[in-house]
This record gives sequence, structure tokens and C-alpha cells, in this order.
Amino acid sequence: MTWLKPSWQSVLAVLLCLVAFALGAMSKPEVAALAEPTATVAYPYMGAKALIIGLLLIAALVSMVTLTPIVEATVLFVGAHAAAWLLIKGIAGFEGTALAPYFLLLAAAWLLAWRCVALLSSLRPSESVARNALRLIIPAIFGAWILIIWEAVTRGAGIPFILLPPPSAIGARIANSLPILGSDVRQTIFKAVLIGYIAGNLAGFAVAILADRVPFLRRGLLPIGNMVSALPIIGVAPIMVMWFGFDWPSKAAVVIIMTFFPMLVNTVAGLAASGHMERDLMRTYASGYWPTLLKLRLPAAMPFIFNALKINSTLALIGAIVAEFFGTPVVGMGFRISTEVGRMNIDMVWAEIAVAALAGSVFYGVVALIERAVTFWHPSVRGG
Amino acid sequence: MTEHPPAVVSASKLGLTFQTNDGPVQALSNVDLTIGKGEFVSFIGPSGCGKTTLLRVIADLEKATSGAISVNGMTPEQAREKRAYGYVFQAAALFPWRTIERNVALPLEIIGLSQAEQAERIKRTLELVNLAGFEKKYPWQLSGGMQQRASIARALAFDADLLLMDEPFGALDEIVRDHLNEQLLDLWDRTNKTICFVTHSIPEAVYLSTRIVVMSPRPGRVTDIIESTLPRKRPLDIRETPEFLAIAARVRDGLRAGHSYDD
Ligand SMILES: Nc1ncnc2c1ncn2[C@@H]1O[C@H](COP(=O)(O)OP(=O)(O)O)[C@@H](O)[C@H]1O
Ligand SMILES: [Mg+2]
Repeated sequence: MTWLKPSWQSVLAVLLCLVAFALGAMSKPEVAALAEPTATVAYPYMGAKALIIGLLLIAALVSMVTLTPIVEATVLFVGAHAAAWLLIKGIAGFEGTALAPYFLLLAAAWLLAWRCVALLSSLRPSESVARNALRLIIPAIFGAWILIIWEAVTRGAGIPFILLPPPSAIGARIANSLPILGSDVRQTIFKAVLIGYIAGNLAGFAVAILADRVPFLRRGLLPIGNMVSALPIIGVAPIMVMWFGFDWPSKAAVVIIMTFFPMLVNTVAGLAASGHMERDLMRTYASGYWPTLLKLRLPAAMPFIFNALKINSTLALIGAIVAEFFGTPVVGMGFRISTEVGRMNIDMVWAEIAVAALAGSVFYGVVALIERAVTFWHPSVRGG
Repeated sequence: MTEHPPAVVSASKLGLTFQTNDGPVQALSNVDLTIGKGEFVSFIGPSGCGKTTLLRVIADLEKATSGAISVNGMTPEQAREKRAYGYVFQAAALFPWRTIERNVALPLEIIGLSQAEQAERIKRTLELVNLAGFEKKYPWQLSGGMQQRASIARALAFDADLLLMDEPFGALDEIVRDHLNEQLLDLWDRTNKTICFVTHSIPEAVYLSTRIVVMSPRPGRVTDIIESTLPRKRPLDIRETPEFLAIAARVRDGLRAGHSYDD
């Protein structure tokens, strides 16, 4: 039996297909059509049902035969995604009418995709091109299935648009609102977030150096900084709006308050991170405060400083968006979210959320890349 | 006194007591010692007898709590400010974000040498410790022995007249150690540097030194000072001569006397 090599995912997928077939009708209109064979009731999957089940069964059964992993993964990929596409396409116009077999077939397709990813991640290709491609393909399939399940469940179960719109609607909204989204990103990200982030981090860093240089400041400033960090932004934001007006400077001020303290604390901790022997070494060279700072203590503090930069990249985005809830010109991501929620334009809210998530990931990714280049010597980086 | 060279290190009734949570620890007591210019002095003794502490007091990394000490006729602090000595620590203490050549360049940058002078000294000292070809490597890409050699190159590049070395070859294998012992002796002979050298090894102390200071613990103190009668030029096989073995026996007796004091 060396030619047969079933995986639990494909066995379960076959079982689900058989149960779905036995249960019969995929949707309520189909039940109605079966009850009245004479009437011409339109229902989803008139022809596609057999095709979907057939695709899934063939892919599952072929994958049980011993093949090269690449062929097996390709068969699974095509089967799972073609079936999922047919399922989602078929339910259009019949939202909210899906019955159990619809969800069983969706689950079967998902299992095959799971098996496909499992196969791909066990591959150890020797060429670096293939390795890099795999590093992209595996998370892409993962992400695609989050969207597929989201789309299929919201449409199939007819989840109200207000509660959770399907991703296709959010995507369409993004595509149709690019100018608005663009001006919101310019207002919130390129003005409030970036300027506030740079100013807040620089201020935190400068105060940390000052506190390091002047001992009495260290005792006085750190507790006050601690208190500032505990200020709730919900309370601070309206005050900043009163001080600095409706436009982006008040949001940048909120971001500065939020990012200042993580940078201060991490830099102070980082400046204490260099070893005793290294500092004694600098003493034997009669090295002054600044050369020791530049050549030993700051490089040793870099892992801590980048930790703060990464934490702050997320905090800055949250701070700027939330601060816009408290008064803003008629542009900005936070402004858009708060007004479109009021107008029940939930797809626009989700579009802003998607853009914010993307911007946040890019921001974090850029900081993390710079970190790898700067702290290449740190065991946590050079080990991986 | 007139025929003696001027004192580089001069300590009298030197004492140091650490205040720890478990009460005071007397790391040094009543140390009287004069080290003349051009001497090679080894400090030997069981661990905890204050060898590192004595070296650190000379280097102004630790302050004596009693007695007096001068370095080059100044206080240790003034001597340190004048960059009177190079120090080799027990561990390499290289900066992981600098390549080997940039690590050697570190003290040279601080004292403000020109690029050309830096490059010349880096090349010379790395060749001296057999690390030519590893200039662009990072410390964590080298073995422990190579790292320690790089740290010796760094101290040599600094080129002070007094070299303080705290068990610099302790972590190295015997072949490398022999080689570096020869190199160090040769360097000392050519440059007339004053070297204070802490070691655990009796043969190493006898082979290198013009004087051997035997120390014993609790409290850390000097129990014996042995003048070497070996010539200045010492091939490695001098270690088999009766003269060498006689000095080694004296050092061993001194260590034993210090130990029996304990029990
Ligand atoms: N910073 C310190 N604080 C407290 N005790 C110390 C300190 N440094 C050294 N000692 C103690 O002083 C004694 C001598 O230490 P050390 O000079 O390191 O000995 P050695 O180098 O000969 O092994 C030991 O008992 C050690 O525990
Ligand atoms: Mg020691």
C-alpha cells in the first residue's frame, strides 16, 4: 500500500463531502424548488453543486495517492480554491439562505487548503528563489483563507451588513474611495503620526540623556514621566485640541505625549545596559562622558531604543486616530471612522480600519528592518 | 637608591576593604611594593587573594582605603588621566558591534590619533598576536582565544609604558600561550615597558618575570617577593634548566606557606 498515503485532512474532507451530498439541498430556495418540482424557482448551485463536490472529492482522493509534494500541493491548491470560488460566487443574490451542506463544503475546502499549506511548509527547497517564494506563498494562502471564510460565512449566513460587511464589499469601498482615503492618510499618518512620532521619540531620547548626565534630574524626571504616561489619552486629547486647535498639531501633541515615556524609560534602561568591564575599559582610556556615550553606551542601548521605537509605532497610530474623535477638520482617519459610524456606512469604517492596519504594519516593518541593520551584532538578531 | 631606576608603582601599607552586605571584606592589607621602570612583575596566588584588586587599585578602577600608592610619581587618578597604562582584562571585553580592527582602533580614536597612524598600529599589533587576516571579522565570529588575543592587541596598540595584565592568557591553550609568552617577553625586551602580570601558572610567572610577588588570601597580602636570576633573553627551553626549576620551587614553597596559614 505504498501508493496510498492518506492525510487526516483529506479523509475528513471526503467525509464532509459525502455528508453534504447526503443532506441534499444547499440553500432554502433549493428546498422550495425540490418541494414544488413543477414551479420554476431559481436557486443557487443548479449546476455547480455536483462540480463543487466533484472538485473537492477528486482533489482529496488524488492527494491520498503518493505523489511528489509539489504535484500534491498543486492539486490541493487548485481543488480547494476553485471549490471555494464556486461556493462564494454561487451564493451571490441568495445571501442568508445557505444550509448546512454549504458550510460543510466550505469546511472541506478549508481542510484541503490546510493540507496544502502543511505540505508547502514541509518543503525544503535548495534554491533561494524557491525558498523566498515559499516564504510569501504560505502566509498569502493563510491570509486568503481568512478572507474566504469571512466572505463565505457573512454571505452564506446573511450576517447584517452593519455588523460585519463581507471583505469584497470593503474592497470595493476602498477601490471607490481612494481619493478620500488618500487625503485621510495624508492628514493622519503623514502629519499627525509621523511628526508626533519623530518629535516624541526625540524628546524622550533627549530627556533620557539629560537625566543620565544630571543625576538630580533622573530622580525628579522619571517619576513625573511615569505620571505623564499614565494620563488617559481620552482625557488629554480634548485639552490638546483646545490648546493647539482642530488641525493636526493637536493630534501630533497627543502622539508626542504617548510616545515620549516609552522612549525615555527604554533609553534610560539601555544606557545602563553596557557591562562593567566595558565601562572600566573606557575609564582606563580616560575617556570622557561623551566619547563613552557615543562609542559604548549608545550602541549597547540600541536594542532597547528600537524596542521603544517599535512600541511607539503602534501607539502613535492609535493616539492620532483616537485624538481625531475629539474635533478635527473634515478630514482624517479618526474623523472618518467616527462620522461614517454615525451614518451607518460601516464599509467605509472597515475600509479605514484596513488602511490603518496596512499603514501600521508597513510602519512597524520599516522600523523592524532598520533595527535588524543597526543591531546586527545582538545575539537575538545574529542567531536568527 | 641611586642605582635603582625611578619607581613606576610605589605602594606602602596599602589596604582596601570592600563594604559588602555581609560585612566588610578585607581584599588587601599592608601591601608594600615598589616596581621600577622596565621591570616585569608577576603576581601569583590562590584566587581571592586580591591580585585583581591590587591591579585595579594601580589602575584607579578601585580606591585604596588605607595606605598610600603612587603611579609614575602621581596619584593613580592623575596617572589614569594621563593614560599612563594599558589594561588587559581577564575577559576580552570586545565590543560586538565593532570589527576586530575597529576594536583595536577604539583607544586610538579616543586619544585622537590620525587615520594613518591608527592603520599602522592596527596592522602591527594584529600581526604581533597572529590575527592578521581577521581584521574585518566581528568578535563573535572568533574563538575565545582569538578574542583574547585581539584584546591584547588593543592594549598594545594603546602603547602606554605600563602594561597591567590580569590573567590575560588564562583561557588560552598551551601552544598559543607559549607563543604569546615569547611575544610578550620579546616586546618587553625591545620596548622597555613595565609590565604587571597576574597569573595562576608558576612556570608562566617564572618564565616571564624579573620579580615574582607571591600573595595569599584572607586578608589579601604579599607573603614573598622573589627576584629572578634568569637572564633577560629567555628561550622557551630555559624552562628545563636547574636555575629555572629552583626559582619555581621557591615560588611553590611561598604559595604553600601562604596556604597553610588558612587551615
Ligand atoms: N567589588 C567588590 N566588592 C566586594 N568584594 C570584592 C569586590 N571585588 C573583589 N572582592 C573580594 O575581594 C577579594 C579579592 O578579590 P580579587 O582581587 O578578585 O582576587 P583574585 O583576583 O586574586 O582572585 C575576594 O574575597 C573578593 O570576593
Ligand atoms: Mg582575579
